[in-house]
Amino acid sequence: MTAVRCVDLCKTYRQGDQDIKALDHVSIEVAKGGFVCLSAPSGGGKTTLLNAIGGLDIPDSGEVYVDEQRIDNLSKGDLADLRLRQIGFVFQAYNLIPVLTAEENVEFVMQVQGVAAAERSEKARAILKEVGLEGLENRRPADMSGGQQQRVAVARAVASRPALILADEPTANLDSKTSDELMQLFTVLNESHGSTFIIASHDQRVMNYAKRLIRMLDGRIVEDIDQRAA
Amino acid sequence: MQIVMVLLQLAWRNLWRNHRRTIVMLSAISVGVWAMIFMTALTRGMVDQMIVDGIKALPGHVQMHNPNYLDDPSINNQIAFSDRELREKFDDAGFVAWASRVKVPAVITSERDSRGITLLGIDPAAERDLTFVNYEQVDGRFLIDESDKGIVIGRKLARTLETEIGKRVVIMSQDPDNEIADRGFRIVGLYTASTGAVEEAYAFAGKATLQKMLNIEGGTSEVVFIGADYRNVDSVYETVVTAVDDSVVVNRWYDVDTYLGTMMNVMDGFVLVWVVVIFLALSFGLVNTLIMAVFERVREIGLMLALGMKPASILGQIVIESMLLLALGLAIGDLLAFATVLPLEGGIDISFVGQGMEMFGAASVLYPKLYMNDIVLANAVVLVLGFLASLSPAWRASRYEPVEALTKVG
Repeated sequence: MTAVRCVDLCKTYRQGDQDIKALDHVSIEVAKGGFVCLSAPSGGGKTTLLNAIGGLDIPDSGEVYVDEQRIDNLSKGDLADLRLRQIGFVFQAYNLIPVLTAEENVEFVMQVQGVAAAERSEKARAILKEVGLEGLENRRPADMSGGQQQRVAVARAVASRPALILADEPTANLDSKTSDELMQLFTVLNESHGSTFIIASHDQRVMNYAKRLIRMLDGRIVEDIDQRAA
Repeated sequence: MQIVMVLLQLAWRNLWRNHRRTIVMLSAISVGVWAMIFMTALTRGMVDQMIVDGIKALPGHVQMHNPNYLDDPSINNQIAFSDRELREKFDDAGFVAWASRVKVPAVITSERDSRGITLLGIDPAAERDLTFVNYEQVDGRFLIDESDKGIVIGRKLARTLETEIGKRVVIMSQDPDNEIADRGFRIVGLYTASTGAVEEAYAFAGKATLQKMLNIEGGTSEVVFIGADYRNVDSVYETVVTAVDDSVVVNRWYDVDTYLGTMMNVMDGFVLVWVVVIFLALSFGLVNTLIMAVFERVREIGLMLALGMKPASILGQIVIESMLLLALGLAIGDLLAFATVLPLEGGIDISFVGQGMEMFGAASVLYPKLYMNDIVLANAVVLVLGFLASLSPAWRASRYEPVEALTKVG
């Protein structure tokens, strides 16, 4: 079963007088339950591909399917609904809403989904415990370390059990120990929850944890490695 | 409905967790609302006082005259009904008060000076609710009954005539045969009015005494009626018109005193303009702060959009935040207005600018007046214009592209 399918995606940005090809005829398929790392140097197209998969950016041409539903032609409102119900996001930075506590941040997506207060509080506390943040539920982002904030973001991404979790450079602002802990957490969640993970990163540690490594360069896929076989 | 509750909850949290911004905004809105209501109350109080004083000096709410009296207020133009007939018609008509008067131009002469005045022959008991004179605050005494032989004049007139209580003055007018009618009166009291001009203009004598002096036994030149509210005198007018024939004319107070009538209408328009102008000044601050708040939160809004919040919900959240701010600001502003106006309803002494105020007929004590209509108007204007003012920043926020917003440098 396919979680994500991209067919011949192209995306060009204009930067000053120059056209930058962020995606150049990219096609990939990711199976459900996959744990994929998109790796590329800066400007290689991995974030653009991730954004196209998440419905945050619309490709110039090509097709994007999430859970066999074509999404590149959806309206803004439908894309928002898709992200709300099927996709969990972890961003490189500014992951949390500053005025909300850790628990409220985790609850946010469920709250917008319309989950009852008691149920979402119970789920948020359970997932915060699972990511090792028990006791920090009432802290605001400003009172947490970068690693703790990323854990809250991960907790939020998985709390509503989305089928697909997209993470963009999740370890970029973390030290190596915290990065390892975060990747171990991703691995556990991938295995225990069965969610599909697609992580854009040029961090070697992240690549090491991935079951599948897709290397990109100048908007094209140059290498696709099944690391379980390696 | 569910999403509205979610947005309400998020908006409420946003307000209280950005407390510094919220307090600044609340202060601006509250002070603006307070200023609107307070200044309106002062202005209302001033104009009300002018109108009420104007009505008490002496047109009442509705008045009845001989058709020629308003052009020529001499004793020749008496009302065709006798005192007895008037009592039969109006004693049980349900007015708050009514009274018949003899009202003629006259000259008052002391041993030092003389002045032209309007002389009123009244029944003090019937006149109590119709006149600007507070009987209990008269120096000396007020008239006891309509046969009283004394006269009550204003303090300022007494100063002008260089006379005082106990001294005699001569009143001179004309009788129906255009002969001089005069009589000596002893000054029994000096009244105080809101303006010196009024104190110089009117003198009061017993109606029967004056009728005798003018040789008009039972004659009357003016009948005045008071209802419950000076703004709504139609029922009083209709009752009077129904009871009389066309030998008399019946007028509402604002037909007789067009200056006061126009002032009341102008005032109603002025209050609306005043409230809108203050809010327009306030709204610049409101819009500016809301736009700054949106700019400050570009990445937060981008994140919410990325996580699946719909643009319409972002718009809704910003508008709800604004409306909550406005509602709180209104509540505080209203309370401040009540807290500052109610203790001052007993009157603010502005005698230091009293002479200037007198020039346009205002009293030297200002009585601020809170009208529920004015409060509702101020609140409605703030809510409606505030809603409109918040739409622009809210719309702007809802149009953000999540990816661009998330990468904005904060």
